[in-house]
Amino acid sequence: MTGDTPDGDLLLRARGLTKTFGDFTAVDGVDFAVRRGEAFGFLGPNGAGKSSTMRMIGAVSPPSGGELRIFGLDPSTDGPRIRARLGVVPQQDQLDQELTVEENLWVYGRYFGLSRSQVRERAVELLEFAQLTERAKDKVEPLSGGMKRRLTIARSLISAPELLLLDEPTTGLDPQARHLLWDRLFRLKRQGVTLILTTHYMDEAEQLCDRLVVMDHGRIVAEGSPRQLIEQHSTREVLELRFDTDDHAEYAGKVAGVGERVEVLPDRLLVYAHDGDAAAAEVHSRGIEPLSSLVRRSTLEDVFLHLTGRTLVD
Amino acid sequence: MSSTTAPLAVRVSRLLPVPAGAGMARMLVERNVRSYKHGWIALVTGFLEPVLYLFSLGVGIGALVQTVTTDSGEVPYAAFVAPALLATSAMNGAVYDSTFNVFWKLRYAKLYDAVLATPLGPRDVAVGEIAWSLIRGALYSALFLLVATLAGTVTSWWALLALPAAVFIGFAFAAVGMFVTTYMKSWADFEWVNLAIQPMFLFSATFFPLETYPPTVQWLVQLTPLYHGVALERALMLGQVDAGIWWHVGYLVALGVVGLIGTGRRLEKLLLT
Ligand SMILES: Nc1ncnc2c1ncn2[C@@H]1O[C@H](COP(=O)(O)OP(=O)(O)OP(=O)(O)O)[C@@H](O)[C@H]1O
Ligand SMILES: [Mg+2]
Repeated sequence: MTGDTPDGDLLLRARGLTKTFGDFTAVDGVDFAVRRGEAFGFLGPNGAGKSSTMRMIGAVSPPSGGELRIFGLDPSTDGPRIRARLGVVPQQDQLDQELTVEENLWVYGRYFGLSRSQVRERAVELLEFAQLTERAKDKVEPLSGGMKRRLTIARSLISAPELLLLDEPTTGLDPQARHLLWDRLFRLKRQGVTLILTTHYMDEAEQLCDRLVVMDHGRIVAEGSPRQLIEQHSTREVLELRFDTDDHAEYAGKVAGVGERVEVLPDRLLVYAHDGDAAAAEVHSRGIEPLSSLVRRSTLEDVFLHLTGRTLVD
Repeated sequence: MSSTTAPLAVRVSRLLPVPAGAGMARMLVERNVRSYKHGWIALVTGFLEPVLYLFSLGVGIGALVQTVTTDSGEVPYAAFVAPALLATSAMNGAVYDSTFNVFWKLRYAKLYDAVLATPLGPRDVAVGEIAWSLIRGALYSALFLLVATLAGTVTSWWALLALPAAVFIGFAFAAVGMFVTTYMKSWADFEWVNLAIQPMFLFSATFFPLETYPPTVQWLVQLTPLYHGVALERALMLGQVDAGIWWHVGYLVALGVVGLIGTGRRLEKLLLT
């Protein structure tokens, strides 16, 4: 393929990538690279700039600065060629409300230049995957939110893309549908499809992503595999303490020094410690009486909280 | 940074004001055909208006006026208004789709946001929608031509060219209609469309010859696209064809091309943010 990168398996590279809207900087000079076959995630609180970045990668939003190469091509000049190889699940479903469920798949496939017989054939399997076979002839409007999401996901796959961009794909999906999607994504990945996704669900990020970046205020504040991020930015264990109070901050001083670090949440204190049980014993020996105390392993959510000062799902 | 790697064609196309596309506009036309299968009734109603005018005016006023003096002699009044109403059919069909429907797709249904995530670019959206609108205009014209022929108001074989001519009218109105629509903020703004269409319909030498107006008004009338559509159709349907029809065709095509390019640019600005 003529446009492919000389440096082998790099599918995408951003250097100093910036997006401004008026005087507001939504994406502030980010650098990242994604290899072919990788599953790459963007985490970050609301407004961090994830969707803005995804739209630039999707070649529908021209970068305001920096450099972006997708399949070795420049999106500002080769948009159609790039988009022909992408599957996109935008944050908001943009289904065609004047068409039926199956027509949505057919017509979308036709936009990619697929033949009529090809789109019909692929739609059968995708409707099955989206569990919408029975609704195939219905209009899109009356579908439930989760069904629309499933159709949007199915639609993104009709062109058999090399690179799949998923902006909060599982928001609004029930647990069963979410697991079906994860399973599908694992299979696509095994077939060599590259995945780039954003999510507010930590379990999803840990399950799906080989590597992820945490964004905050338009910048990348951390990068690595889920395991690396936990090792670098959190302790091995966490002690969660709940007290009979409206303001947990007043207990923060009392447990200071028990672990390496204390985070105050509205409904609990998080004590970061290498050994959670030892920390719990220390709290007890200081004569502090929490309503409940729980020791658990550190998760990505703790990393997120530490780096952005916010809980992940807000 | 990219000029060293971009192919020559891409570099040239960046110098021209032509918005990007993938040459796949027909897929959007196909989409519209599919969507109209669900709502074909909307197609039928829009075509009725000019037909009703033909019978009410052609018969009613025709009884009073009987003939109109044109460059090459006297013609029956119904034969005089029929070409104008044919041009109006093309205008109506084109304007309805390129304004109301496009506005809904652009602002509410977010159709083009989804389309632009595929290989299609803003030029494809502009070409596809304008092509669909002009097809609708041409369809109305064809039906009207059939009715007018059956009613006995068509006398020249030149009238066979009335349909291709209607395509130029549809093109001009579809392109300008869609371009204007990209600037609209709410449904209330459509009053402006009516405000432009209504006087044009009444005064573009539709119901009486241009010479009826005072010279300054004549000059104004000659600026409007419907006037050129009416004049073109009238020349063909009455068989009064001379080189002057190229001037009308040129005007309509020029307007269409400007509207088309302007539409593509606007879509780029609105949607590729
Ligand atoms: N078209 C636009 N015009 C102006 N500002 C915009 C536009 N798009 C995004 N922004 C702003 O850019 C910032 C980043 O938005 P973005 O949608 O990228 O965030 P996000 O990380 O995807 O957030 P969320 O988790 O809520 O989806 C926000 O402050 C948003 O208001
Ligand atoms: Mg977002």
